[in-house]
Amino acid sequence: MQVRPEGLYCVPADAYIDPLRPVERAIITHGHADHARPGHGQVYATPATLDIMAARYGEGHARETHALPYGEKTELRECTLWLAPAGHILGSAQAVLEYGGTRLIAAGDYKRATDATCEPFQVVPCDVFITEATFALPVFSHPPLATAVQEYLDTVRQLPDRCHLMGVYALGKCQRILMALKEAGYPHPVYLHGALIALCELYEKHGLDLGEWAPVKDVPVEELRGKIVLAPPSALADRWSRKLPDVMTAMASGWMQIRARARQRRAEIPLVVSDHADWGELLQTIDDIQPGEVWVTHGREEALVHELSKQGVRAKALSLLGYEDEDAD
Amino acid sequence: MQRFARLLDQLYFTSGTKAKTQLLLNYLREAPDPDRGWAIAALSGDLRFDLFKRPLIKELITERVDPFLFDLSYDYVGELSETVAHLWPSPDANSRPEDQKLPPLHEIVEGFRESTRAQTRERLSHLLDIMTPNQRWALLKLGTRGLRIGISERFLKKVLAEFGGVPVEAVERVWHGVEAPYPELLAWLDGEGPEPDVSDQVVFHPVMLSHPLDDKALEEIEGESWQAEWKLDGIRVQWVSQDSGCALFSRTGEDISHSFPDLSEALHPNDAVLDGELLVMHEGEPGSFNELQQRLNKKKPARALMRRLPVGICIYDALRLGSDDLTGLPLSVRRQRLSEWFKGNVEDSVQGHRLTLSPLLTFDDAASLKALREQAPQAGPYIEGLMLKRKDSLYVPGRPKGQWYKWKRDPRLIDAVMMYAQRGHGKRSSYYSDYTFGLWQDDRLLPVGKAYSGFTDEELKKLDRWVRNNSMGRFGPVREVEKALVLEVAFDAVQSSSRHKSGLALRFPRINRIRWDKPADEADQLSTLAAMLPAET
Ligand SMILES: [Zn+2]
Repeated sequence: MQVRPEGLYCVPADAYIDPLRPVERAIITHGHADHARPGHGQVYATPATLDIMAARYGEGHARETHALPYGEKTELRECTLWLAPAGHILGSAQAVLEYGGTRLIAAGDYKRATDATCEPFQVVPCDVFITEATFALPVFSHPPLATAVQEYLDTVRQLPDRCHLMGVYALGKCQRILMALKEAGYPHPVYLHGALIALCELYEKHGLDLGEWAPVKDVPVEELRGKIVLAPPSALADRWSRKLPDVMTAMASGWMQIRARARQRRAEIPLVVSDHADWGELLQTIDDIQPGEVWVTHGREEALVHELSKQGVRAKALSLLGYEDEDAD
Repeated sequence: MQRFARLLDQLYFTSGTKAKTQLLLNYLREAPDPDRGWAIAALSGDLRFDLFKRPLIKELITERVDPFLFDLSYDYVGELSETVAHLWPSPDANSRPEDQKLPPLHEIVEGFRESTRAQTRERLSHLLDIMTPNQRWALLKLGTRGLRIGISERFLKKVLAEFGGVPVEAVERVWHGVEAPYPELLAWLDGEGPEPDVSDQVVFHPVMLSHPLDDKALEEIEGESWQAEWKLDGIRVQWVSQDSGCALFSRTGEDISHSFPDLSEALHPNDAVLDGELLVMHEGEPGSFNELQQRLNKKKPARALMRRLPVGICIYDALRLGSDDLTGLPLSVRRQRLSEWFKGNVEDSVQGHRLTLSPLLTFDDAASLKALREQAPQAGPYIEGLMLKRKDSLYVPGRPKGQWYKWKRDPRLIDAVMMYAQRGHGKRSSYYSDYTFGLWQDDRLLPVGKAYSGFTDEELKKLDRWVRNNSMGRFGPVREVEKALVLEVAFDAVQSSSRHKSGLALRFPRINRIRWDKPADEADQLSTLAAMLPAET
């Protein structure tokens, strides 16, 4: 394994994992834009991830695509590659690389909390576990989604004259919120900003029931009072949201736990909903896997390496650059 | 406590004073006593004691959390209470006895007040154990009196007035005569008791305020029925003195006596309620605003400073002289009585160094008034324009229409509110020296510009300290601050701009003065600035 400007490079497989620049051979863990970029020669990814990439970048985003369902093995040069569910978003995967009796896992983004929109994280024993560290500080503890959504619905019921606008990332967060609202018994259709629709339809094609939703532009503005509207975070503060009646702004993200971040987003209701592992989940995961060694990629790696070393786990920071704190798409 | 913690959370995230008012009104209607009273004290800044100190919080958390991880977390979160609220380890839920319910707010406040050091320590860690992170944040903010949630004392008085269906001046009148948790005040506002009797206490009398002069009003003004005075460049104050004591109030009713013991010593007891301008006064001669600034916001001013820059009051009105209430008399009569009182009690006495009478200016009509205003710059550096008052005006608290006007010398000044502060560059990089300021539109502030000059190094240090003490949140190099500090901003011109949400932009804005004394809700409206836009050609 090498850290190169293009990203993490596996020498015996001659392949990059989630490269930042176009390369000849790429293994893509999931469809978020900072991990899945267009213009590679060959792409190895789950069928859902390939669908997401095609939806965003067009069918020609790579010269050649190799759809790898979870658990199916393929040979890459001297390596065996297979993908295991990561529990992050639809199609998200850990890249499992086996070479000369050693197993290395690049987990990409992952979480352990339940998520109805994707397969749960699979614990795979390994020698080297490469983990993200987005929320790797002991201040981060994400509450169960059902609790956060229930509290939100209480507020919506208490303020029936306001239009409840929630900022959600288009890929993953949006669909997870839709399913949670359905689970919580929210009785109305959820209205969607145009930029969210394509990916919701893609999730539905993959057999997920997102409940009842409708494009926001199809409804008379006054009918939006007391209703929930989902939009990308960038739309919260811009012209688009000004036509909605008496808006109450919420924002769904793991960062909402930090007050200054919530105010920065102008969220009047911060919903702590994360698609990344929190501090407890990170430590739990490494304890479950018991890897010989942990390598930490992007995020607050200093804290995680410190804690793991204290526990007697061999750990080091790879300090990869270019991956975003938020799944900003 | 649950209810109070929830209220703080909601107030913190809610923008817009209308929505905040609604939240507070709901709380006042629903919360029991004496919780309500303690909540009011905490929110208004009238809680007079710390429940516990910051070093204790640090001590408790370092006993529980790896110091390196604490430092990383604190550095990331940027604020102690929030860091501790999240880092505090929750005890195992199964081992928590059923009877450990969260006590009500008043029990928490009173419990800490009566605690010894050891009990405080015990009590605080027990409460943090049984609280959620949001409740912990509320407790730590409450206990160290560090609530920064966009609520000023003045705003809270307005809410109380709305809650009780009484004028805000009525609340201001009794405010300094009541003490937390305010049983009489709340009974009165609930409609279940009389207005609290504060007659034997030194209390603030709500002041009468002026409107900016417009062209239409100018036409009506003539020397027969209007009185003209210089508008002074100091701080509006009210001096209250009687047998039972004395106090100096800012015009919003904040007791600022502690900063000016030299004044109280020289004046008390002169048995009067006087309305005037606080100025640095060298043997009766006014000093500059810059000199006055050195005397502001000092908790315990040094003797040497008080000798070098003694303060006094230029009196322009009297609300009470001896036992006579003058507020129901016309200005001309009040002024007559004030002059007589001044001759008999002040002139030729030691108080003469500390008190002067605001001189009356003679004029006939609008034209001679304009000429007077032109003279203002020559008349003295401490003069910033003209005050015009109807001679038959009664002393009515608030801002009655058509009675008093102010006519500033330089129109290219606005009073804006600081919204964000950013670290500077070069040798200023350790200071918050770039300020984004905004003007009011309805109940929201909209940013209109950024200024990073116009103040002295001394003032920069004070501003920097203010920013750090009044920070609501931090993102990168930028801090959002409590919307509480008024900056008088000078500029060359105003232009329309699509870049700013306000639609306006200033050319060469710089800070003319820092108005430590001015309440934020009296800063200018966006419409005032819009009116200065050059006419379209
Ligand atoms: Zn991701």
